[in-house]
Amino acid sequence: MSDKKAEAEQPLIDAKGLRTDGRKLDELRPIHLEVGYLSRADGSAYIEHGKNKIVAAVYGPRELHPRHLAQSDRALLRVTYRMATFSVSDRKRPAPSRREHEISMVLRQALEPLLFLKMYPRAAIDVFIMVLEADGGSRCASATVASLALADAGIPMRGLVAGCAAGKIDGKIAVDLNDIEDKIGEADIPLAMSPDRGEITLLQMDGKLTAAEFAQALSMAENGIHRIQEMQKTVLLEKYAQIRETIGDEPDVSPEDEVFEEEPAKEPAEEPEKPKKRAKRIKTEAKETKPKPTKKSTRSKTMEAQAKK
Amino acid sequence: MSIHFEQQDIVVPGQLLAEGDYHTGEGAYMEQEKVYASVIGLAKMKGKTVYVVPLKGQYVPKPRDIIIGNVVEVTLNGWLLDFHSPYPAMLPVMHALSRRDATHAKDNLRRYYDVGETVVAEIIAADRTRDPLVTTLGRGLGKVRGGVLMNIIPTRVPRLIGRKGSMINMLKSELQVDIVVGQNGIVWLKGNPARMEIAQEAIRQIEREAHTSGLTDRVRDFITAKLTEQNGEKNE
Repeated sequence: MSDKKAEAEQPLIDAKGLRTDGRKLDELRPIHLEVGYLSRADGSAYIEHGKNKIVAAVYGPRELHPRHLAQSDRALLRVTYRMATFSVSDRKRPAPSRREHEISMVLRQALEPLLFLKMYPRAAIDVFIMVLEADGGSRCASATVASLALADAGIPMRGLVAGCAAGKIDGKIAVDLNDIEDKIGEADIPLAMSPDRGEITLLQMDGKLTAAEFAQALSMAENGIHRIQEMQKTVLLEKYAQIRETIGDEPDVSPEDEVFEEEPAKEPAEEPEKPKKRAKRIKTEAKETKPKPTKKSTRSKTMEAQAKK
Repeated sequence: MSIHFEQQDIVVPGQLLAEGDYHTGEGAYMEQEKVYASVIGLAKMKGKTVYVVPLKGQYVPKPRDIIIGNVVEVTLNGWLLDFHSPYPAMLPVMHALSRRDATHAKDNLRRYYDVGETVVAEIIAADRTRDPLVTTLGRGLGKVRGGVLMNIIPTRVPRLIGRKGSMINMLKSELQVDIVVGQNGIVWLKGNPARMEIAQEAIRQIEREAHTSGLTDRVRDFITAKLTEQNGEKNE
């Protein structure tokens, strides 16, 4: 208890107007993004947002099990947000908590409206989000990585989603709250949106704000999201640009040498010898295994047919 | 009417591609007279159609595609194939055996294709409301024996085949290796082990550099370099 009291008395904004980690009110924490982080997932991404360290993996669209969940007109999006037991200072109990279930749900709702799920009826798209280290604003950072992992998996979407929080600390509105600001600050608004589309897909609020404060916080968070989105785009392109660079490729090419121009016809049907052998082999196998009486019957049938002619 | 990209530019989902009177193809969508990308890929325009060739993505079955699949289940009237797609493929006896074989096959279908075996098949119907239907009746179709399988990203298969098969034919003739490419990203190779290794490396290179130009020449250089290297080793 005394710890918490001490924390509560500690100012969140110092005399110079800087926050506990030395940031200004409108400054984001340092963000580091990676895509293609896992080799076995269809799409994956990693984020370090302040002290948050989060991995997202996307599998699919793939066959849906159990079958009864299948929707005949669209794919099912399943989002699982989990925290590692070592992600917080007091060991987190490994069983899925109420909070994890809730965040899984709100993240699903944050991502779903941007995806073209109707392109894959009856299938499932699974998103797994693992928090390796938690600092405030992990649901926002999760929205950012999950969207990146979905894009990396090549799942069609209307735009990327990015997340950023804003809140009120020591009576002032600040963006991108960290753990302590989140816990003892006056209010916290996690926000996720697609800046391209101008659609907000996640908006929650914890604490009390006046209407004016709310509007200010919202615009600050939106501002942060725009900056995060730029980073998302850069990191997605980086991987491919690097390959182009290392082999000294010019992006604009002559029309004859257009990349991906070729339409694949029915290509592999071009081995004349092998398939014949194969067909023969299957036939001989079949002959060997055929019971004798049936052989006779087929023969008599053909004889009958000949006789009719 | 304006275009916001150069041919072959790599674009990300949500990126504005064009405004005005355009059509959308694969990987693009339209909202209020504006065309946006929906996947990460290479933006292109042909006539008035704006489209994006995806760099990543799951294989979606299309009629007349050749695929390579694994038998996962033998049912009463056919087989189920897994071919790295959101839906399993159905291979009914009717489309796998000649009519004469089929009448007697029902007692033991495992004689023809058993669980775990690899099959080259052609898709005959795929409408996404039902599982795709495939056939193994046709030239080059059926069970494969021996050889090696490898997986590549399905959206990069067109690059591996090349225009009118230029890339794959180059690989086959330079290396004398049998190669069958499934549209679903599964590739089957058979031949001399040393040369097959080169082929696999070359295919990995094609997959990695699918979005670049002049690839066929680069791969050919790579193969000749590797071949001379190998011949040198033999002579020593």
